[in-house]
Amino acid sequence: MSFILEIIISALIVIGGFFALVGSFGLVKLPDLMTRLHGPTKATTLGVGSILVASMLYFWLLQDSFTIHELLITLFLLLTAPITANVIAKAYMLDHADPDKDLPKTGGVEGWATFDAIGQEDDVDAPTTGTEPARKPVPEL
Amino acid sequence: MIEYALNFGFGCVGLALLFNLWRLVAGPTVADRVLAVDTMAINAIALIVLYGIGRATSMYFEVSLLVAMFGFVSTVAYCKFILRGDIIE
Amino acid sequence: MLKRYLPHPLLTLVLTAVWMLLINSFSMGALVFGLLLGIVIPVITSAFWPGRPKITNYRGVVEYILVVLWDILVANVIVAGLILFRRADRLDSRFVVVPLDITSSEGITALAGTITMTPGTVSCDLSADARSLLVHCLHAPDPQGVVDDIKSRYERRLKEIFE
Repeated sequence: MSFILEIIISALIVIGGFFALVGSFGLVKLPDLMTRLHGPTKATTLGVGSILVASMLYFWLLQDSFTIHELLITLFLLLTAPITANVIAKAYMLDHADPDKDLPKTGGVEGWATFDAIGQEDDVDAPTTGTEPARKPVPEL
Repeated sequence: MIEYALNFGFGCVGLALLFNLWRLVAGPTVADRVLAVDTMAINAIALIVLYGIGRATSMYFEVSLLVAMFGFVSTVAYCKFILRGDIIE
Repeated sequence: MLKRYLPHPLLTLVLTAVWMLLINSFSMGALVFGLLLGIVIPVITSAFWPGRPKITNYRGVVEYILVVLWDILVANVIVAGLILFRRADRLDSRFVVVPLDITSSEGITALAGTITMTPGTVSCDLSADARSLLVHCLHAPDPQGVVDDIKSRYERRLKEIFE
């Protein structure tokens, strides 16, 4: 019985290591930042996730000490990965993407929120290092 | 059995950290470097958890939880600094 | 009365659960302290949480979480395959625009997060009037198919949960 458990835990560790490696390999291989974002946000999360599940099973079944800590880290990573990807994409687009040439139109009257804010035309060129940073109004929903 | 898997995992995550380090040094944009640091934090969590399994102690979970939190907060702070020129508005 | 002392019942439950996970072993004292935290923190911070989404469709929430978890698994395999076996110059990566039908801001946040975690797509930006979402695809030979997929698979379910 414990042999089967060892095989399952080892397989989870190997899968986790493999996906962590693939995600970071994508970071090196892919050509520009927008494509590079895909590697770490997906592959790395599953990689770390399965290593954490392996650790939970290991302490629970082979060491007889029930731990459920790892679930907290897994949930935290799953919740924060999209947010980091979103802020990194916005930070990149602000400097390196032209909203007229590189991005498709929104299909509505207003532009993308990183470049255009409602009621603040030509906000992009405003100095952002001053004491009063350009604040974007939250759209009324 | 688990020891071999652990060694494989250490190798993979170590290599992944080297890849991240390469991206951190090579750039070319600031956002690339921020992404590299964020991925490094996630890989560091994996490394710490693997080490915890290897030592058969659950002492290291607090460490990995703290690394996860600081990694997230620092990434958002970096990006906010790029976006707005200020972190706390 | 109840609204004053329990402004966010779900937040109370989540805070207690997180406290129990942090303690990592069950004891009555830890549960009582967790409940205490779960009641005191929402009362103190209720000024920062003005609105709260009314969720009644709990079956829809469970179904949505299961669908998304399965899609995350599939997404990982697909993206790993694309990274390993496809030459970078043969990747058909592009931006697509997803027009939104959903209007609640919690729903849009959940949709953007889901899109980032699922196959080959990262949500990048929201239009200033919150009517469309900018999504970057790693490999999308058929952009319209990606948009239809997102709308039928995730947005329809989220609409049922939040509206």
